[in-house]
Amino acid sequence: MRGSGASWLTSLAEAWDHALLALRLVALDPALGGVHLRARSGPVRDALPLPDGVRLHPAIGDDALFGGLDLATTLATGQLQSQTGVLDRPGSLILTMAERCQPQLAARLAAHLDAQPRALILLDEGTDDEAPPAGLCERAAFRVDLSGVALSDITALPEGPEPTAHATLGPDIAAQMTALGAAYGIDSLRAPILALRCARALARLDAMATVTEEHVTTACGLVFGHRATQLPEPLQEDEPQQAPQDDVPDTEDRQGTDLDIPDELLLEAVRAMIPDDLLDRLRATRATAGKGAGSGAKTRSNRRGRPLPSRPGRLDTAARIDVVATLRAAAPWQTIRRNETGRVGLHIRATDIHIRRFEEQTDRLLIFAVDASGSAALARLAEAKGAVELLLTQAYARRDHVALVSFRGPGAEILLPPTRSLVQTKRRLAALPGGGGTPLAAGLDSAGELAILARRRGMTPTICLLTDGKANIARDGSGDRARAAADAQTAARMIRAQGIEALIIDTGQRPNPQLRTLAQTLDAPYLPLPRADSQRLARAVDAALPA
Amino acid sequence: MTAPFPFSAIVGQDEMKLSMILTAIDPSIGGVLVFGDRGTGKSTAVRALAALLPPIKVVQGCPVNSASKADVPDWARGAGKDMVEVPTPVVDLPLGASEDRVTGALDIERALGAGERAFQPGLLARANRGYLYIDEVNLLEDHIVDLLLDVAQSGRNLVERDGLSISHPARFVLVGSGNPEEGELRPQLLDRFGLSVEVASPKDIDTRIEVIRRRDAYDNDNTAFMLRWQAEDAGVRDRILTARGALKKLKTPDSALRDVAELCLALGSDGLRGELTLLKAARAYAAWRNDTALTRSHIKHVSAMALRHRLRRDPLDEAGSGARVGRVVADVLG
Repeated sequence: MRGSGASWLTSLAEAWDHALLALRLVALDPALGGVHLRARSGPVRDALPLPDGVRLHPAIGDDALFGGLDLATTLATGQLQSQTGVLDRPGSLILTMAERCQPQLAARLAAHLDAQPRALILLDEGTDDEAPPAGLCERAAFRVDLSGVALSDITALPEGPEPTAHATLGPDIAAQMTALGAAYGIDSLRAPILALRCARALARLDAMATVTEEHVTTACGLVFGHRATQLPEPLQEDEPQQAPQDDVPDTEDRQGTDLDIPDELLLEAVRAMIPDDLLDRLRATRATAGKGAGSGAKTRSNRRGRPLPSRPGRLDTAARIDVVATLRAAAPWQTIRRNETGRVGLHIRATDIHIRRFEEQTDRLLIFAVDASGSAALARLAEAKGAVELLLTQAYARRDHVALVSFRGPGAEILLPPTRSLVQTKRRLAALPGGGGTPLAAGLDSAGELAILARRRGMTPTICLLTDGKANIARDGSGDRARAAADAQTAARMIRAQGIEALIIDTGQRPNPQLRTLAQTLDAPYLPLPRADSQRLARAVDAALPA
Repeated sequence: MTAPFPFSAIVGQDEMKLSMILTAIDPSIGGVLVFGDRGTGKSTAVRALAALLPPIKVVQGCPVNSASKADVPDWARGAGKDMVEVPTPVVDLPLGASEDRVTGALDIERALGAGERAFQPGLLARANRGYLYIDEVNLLEDHIVDLLLDVAQSGRNLVERDGLSISHPARFVLVGSGNPEEGELRPQLLDRFGLSVEVASPKDIDTRIEVIRRRDAYDNDNTAFMLRWQAEDAGVRDRILTARGALKKLKTPDSALRDVAELCLALGSDGLRGELTLLKAARAYAAWRNDTALTRSHIKHVSAMALRHRLRRDPLDEAGSGARVGRVVADVLG
């Protein structure tokens, strides 16, 4: 036993200790999936006692991962020789620069982890909203952020006693943990399963045969804290609603584990582990959910970009041959072809030719749809113009294209088709007049059309809508408030159905709930900026856009 | 490696389980696509499927699991004379599989050693008369997708290269799973799946607790847990066998055919594949229920899974295509 009971667990306040504990837990029970360690490369991360294991990098190929034909030896010996992949080697898997991991690699690793319990340590050096693929983070029980840890904070965790082989747990705890996960808005059922495993592993680390209250609370904190998507009902209520264990009158099947943990204790344990910036982070993840990292969408290319596995193909002027892959494809045939033709030397046929393939990012296009109606002009048109100018500067620096749509009076107008010209955009923007009604639907329609056209030309469009949301002109030009709002919703759905990214900036004096609904329809981040200057506006937009 | 989590121990997810059972009763339905969020038990269900399938009789050592001596392809080596009973093959298609590994390719060892042109069968050969499972199907390379479509359509795998001309039967049930957040599936591949189900985490707290309890028992009290649920699995397997027999005797009244056609017309589903699949699925469901004739209620029950992925996308509808099918079913069939 470690000193006075399990009190060492409660003294674990720092991220560093959590990291050490998490590493120890996954070493004891690899079925916990792993640890997501968010830390920049540096002395702090180097000081971590990472297990000896297989190191992977995000660009690792299938040959290296799974092994395959060892061509050199096979040719030399004339016998089929295969080489083993790194996944066949025992030990934990350590994925460096995990934030660069592509979904393809993530899917392969996830399948591997599902097939056999194995710890995967994700070394995540991401900044802001860069993160490893969600499928891998989900399978790892723990997430530790070491960015706030200084070298002087580093301490060693005392060596524990020999872990026990098994720890028992009362059946009610499972129910309680599940309810807790649901209360924190954690949808996946992997979380409570991992929390249960974690509680058991903690008890085993403590050399105990049964799980105690402290193990359960620590496990809940470690596993649920970073997964929470909402805060439960206020804690001051007497009984949280999700407390099903109170009406289960079983005492027989508790197997001696007389555990009765008040729900508040668990709720608090998780709350203590929730990062302070939960809400900010949620907004960030929602803004980029399902859209992956990087600016533009991906497109296949045979000239430049990130290399993809080469494919058999025909040589033409646009293609580049992959010499190694071609030789590799031809190699097994050499004996047969030599026998057939009676010629010595290398025999390469057209069917052996392999073509290089690359994947490149497309250019991004920012479409500004600016509300220039009377109501907006009165309030904030000047500020909105200022913000667009600031964004333009940034777009120019990132070599994004921009386009400008304004809507006022009877309809919308494309002021500037997609361009990279900063000067031209500024000139058009400065000359943008204000006044008239708000044809929001028409503005969305033309922004959407522009986006679809741009996509056909290989760009990745994002619509940035600046409006106060007081739509009063319907699609047919009539001044009907209700119809105008309904038309705007329809237009938004069309944009959403095309999968075009969007962003809504509320430039009104106070946040407009209608605009928030519109943002939900568009699945777009909504930024109400009641009292923002153009600088703040630009910062907010920049933060909401995928990096 | 431990045995996979038993199929019948999966809590809830009835639509997913039913769809898999239906393809086991009638493999010609043509596969299942399971789309859903992370941690909803997609992979668990497919991996559990193998234990549920009745064994098949094959020629011993035959690389394509032939049902009779006459079907054994001429290039096959090592095929014996005896018939043996083997479990229905469930073959995993890894995302990184090369084209050669999927279709089969030149047998390198014999090519180099003996200078012989011989064929080494690939995953498609192994999956013949069984299941081919693709996890994260939406991340599969396009050229592998095209190849699978071609083979799934024709039921034969054709390899032509440098005088190596091989063809072998490749009839399999395609099971795909994926997370829609990670990418859409091309409509051509979508249409090739007979049934499509959407899974989500259970929202009901008691169901969630039961999931966790069973998973915990599987992890910590494996022997007792498997003993109990493997018996259940065996029960399901017997019922599948009974249903296969009942399927042959099942009556299909003309009114049911009319219902199916009207439903598909009202939904505007592309092509006739929707009708055929819906009919087959409804018949398999009736056989599963051990009913003697196909009725409207059977059609209603399976219409969502058979048709939801065949609709044209309607941008003005946010409820999802499953709800749309439900509305039209209520309109047409009452």
